[in-house]
Amino acid sequence: MQEIFTKSMARNIYYGGSTFFILLFLALTLDTHQAWPARDNHQNLTEQVAAGKRLWERNNCIGCHTLLGEGAYFAPELGNVYKRFGGSKDALKAFIRSRPVEGVPGRRSMPQFNFTDAELDEVVEFLKYTSEINTNNWPPNIQG
Amino acid sequence: MQYQSQSVAKLYFIAAIGLFLAQILFGLIMGLQYVMGDFLFPEIPFNVARMVHTNTLIVWLLMGFMGASYYLVPEESQRELYSPKLAVLMFWTFLIAAALTVVGYLAVPYATLAQITGNDLLPTMGREFLEQPTITKIGIVIVALAFLFNIGMTVLSGRKTVVTIVLLTGLLGLAVFFLFSFYNPDNLVKDKYYWWWVVHLWVEGVWELILASILAFVLIKTTGIDREVVEKWLYIIIAMTLITGIIGTGHHFYWIGTPEYWQWWGSIFSALEPIPFFMLTLFAFNVINKRKREHPNKAAVLWAMGTAVMAFLGAGVWGFLHTLAPVNYYTHGTQITAAHGHMAFYGAYVMVVLTIISYAVPLMRGQEAKSNAKQVMEMWSFWLMTISIVFITLFLTGAGILQVYLQRYSDAPQAFMMVQEKISLFYWMREFTGLVFLVGAILFVLSFLPDKKAQRA
Ligand code: HEM
Ligand code: HEM
Ligand SMILES: [Fe+2]
Repeated sequence: MQEIFTKSMARNIYYGGSTFFILLFLALTLDTHQAWPARDNHQNLTEQVAAGKRLWERNNCIGCHTLLGEGAYFAPELGNVYKRFGGSKDALKAFIRSRPVEGVPGRRSMPQFNFTDAELDEVVEFLKYTSEINTNNWPPNIQG
Repeated sequence: MQYQSQSVAKLYFIAAIGLFLAQILFGLIMGLQYVMGDFLFPEIPFNVARMVHTNTLIVWLLMGFMGASYYLVPEESQRELYSPKLAVLMFWTFLIAAALTVVGYLAVPYATLAQITGNDLLPTMGREFLEQPTITKIGIVIVALAFLFNIGMTVLSGRKTVVTIVLLTGLLGLAVFFLFSFYNPDNLVKDKYYWWWVVHLWVEGVWELILASILAFVLIKTTGIDREVVEKWLYIIIAMTLITGIIGTGHHFYWIGTPEYWQWWGSIFSALEPIPFFMLTLFAFNVINKRKREHPNKAAVLWAMGTAVMAFLGAGVWGFLHTLAPVNYYTHGTQITAAHGHMAFYGAYVMVVLTIISYAVPLMRGQEAKSNAKQVMEMWSFWLMTISIVFITLFLTGAGILQVYLQRYSDAPQAFMMVQEKISLFYWMREFTGLVFLVGAILFVLSFLPDKKAQRA
């Protein structure tokens, strides 16, 4: 084997293979961009939703929760929380607003962020928009 | 140590190990919060501890890679480092930026940190692993560029070896893919798509080049094996890495608003990703079996073998476990993911950095190996940490299987929080095992303190 398979063959596989698969990856990425308009719910991506995403980031919500299955595993999935709350924006806002400052003794607690009403609207609109992205039927059920 | 300038690596290694200890401490805090939810609440909420845990991990591994490069590149290139002064300056820049960032996480609410660092001008914060303020990210880019310049000039004007060329390619890729952390569109789907260009293309792409070249260097030095043999292995390993790993990114594009066909591309190619890790194992055992010398640093050889085995277990086996789309549908974002994340990061990147530290630090002190007693202590730290991470992974896997069943698979799916309470026994066991891991990490540090005899002399 030593003689038949030489170092320069290995090197050529490395250069040729990686170039080919980088190009294939770029081609698939281009195609993905073209497929997005039908799946990414961008028609509902309003200013308010964008502001909600900033708020989501500014408070590092991803540090406890998953969103479409990515993030931390300490607290529930929020990609479908809008649906889990029966599509009720008021219920969602009430939940976020009512977190106790000192937490719940002995339990994992969510911080009190003191959002204004406008901010609550933004984050809830963001979660609604997220729940309407076409995720190939993930999560398997409403519990996330 | 053949070149004076190699010694700048020491600064990087010391800081790396310091941050490693901080990382473990915050891991233990989180582990306790998993079972005692109100621990340190609201002073250190879970998300803050998590940022410290994961960001110190990334920074200390980067420090480790930089230290490794500063150590091995002069020796390979057969010349002094292009600019040792720049290396020292960049060390302090990096360390201070990292320290300020961690202090920022702990001292003020994250939203305040975002505000005072001007996140609104170029919002990049608040995404997993990329939580650093935008100005910290810019600092990282500057440090990375200066580092690449320094290493690049040394490599290009000295003897070029396959080890240094592969290392340089990996480091360049690391810097290039980090630039995607500045792309944060309003469209969540696009944000997620390109977020993986940093995270996946790092750990399952360019970092593997860095891993393979550092390991190859240590194996050449400790076994005295022919370069020709090593270089052929190196090329074929990194070829397989990129051939499988680039399209393998698709295993993260199943459920985030990307087209269905990624389930095929992602499943098929990522199922092949264990191959390069397996070849790394074969490579290490092969050259060690055919070694032409007995290196006195037994601990370093143990770390090198450990890396080859544990990287395959953590990345290869535990990665394969949940990478096929029909399985990932149920395991996505559960404790299974956390189990894999721990063993893969430890087995591949933590261990390779500890390998080069183990090999290089005695040499920087002018001895080929530490005293026998210190080596025995270091080997204890190897076994304590490695066995702990295996058990942490097993406990999290147990928790994950139950979580998947109770929350996602059974006929009457239960709520997340309810399920978490039911599987808390596994989290307790993880936490106790974490304490053993900490003991191992401390032993590692102690094994590098100067010998009492040497001090008297
Ligand atoms: C030994 C004590 C340790 C404990 C108790 C611990 C605990 C934890 C916890 C609780 C999380 C958060 C999981 C969640 O988001 O819900 C986490 C995340 C993480 N830890 Fe550790 N950890 C420890 C050591 C380590 C080590 C040694 C490494 C590196 C090899 C590591 C790497 C990570 C990574 C990469 C994540 C993010 C995982 C992901 O996103 O899937 N941890 N750790
Ligand atoms: C050393 C190499 C590797 C490291 C350090 C690593 C680390 C990680 C981490 C930290 C995550 C969690 C990311 C998050 O927080 O969302 C993850 C996810 C994942 N990894 Fe790896 N990984 C490695 C190699 C592999 C390999 C070779 C495979 C496949 C064979 C694999 C399959 C996966 C899959 C499928 C996920 C997604 C899990 C989910 O859906 O929640 N990984 N990896
Ligand atoms: Fe991946």
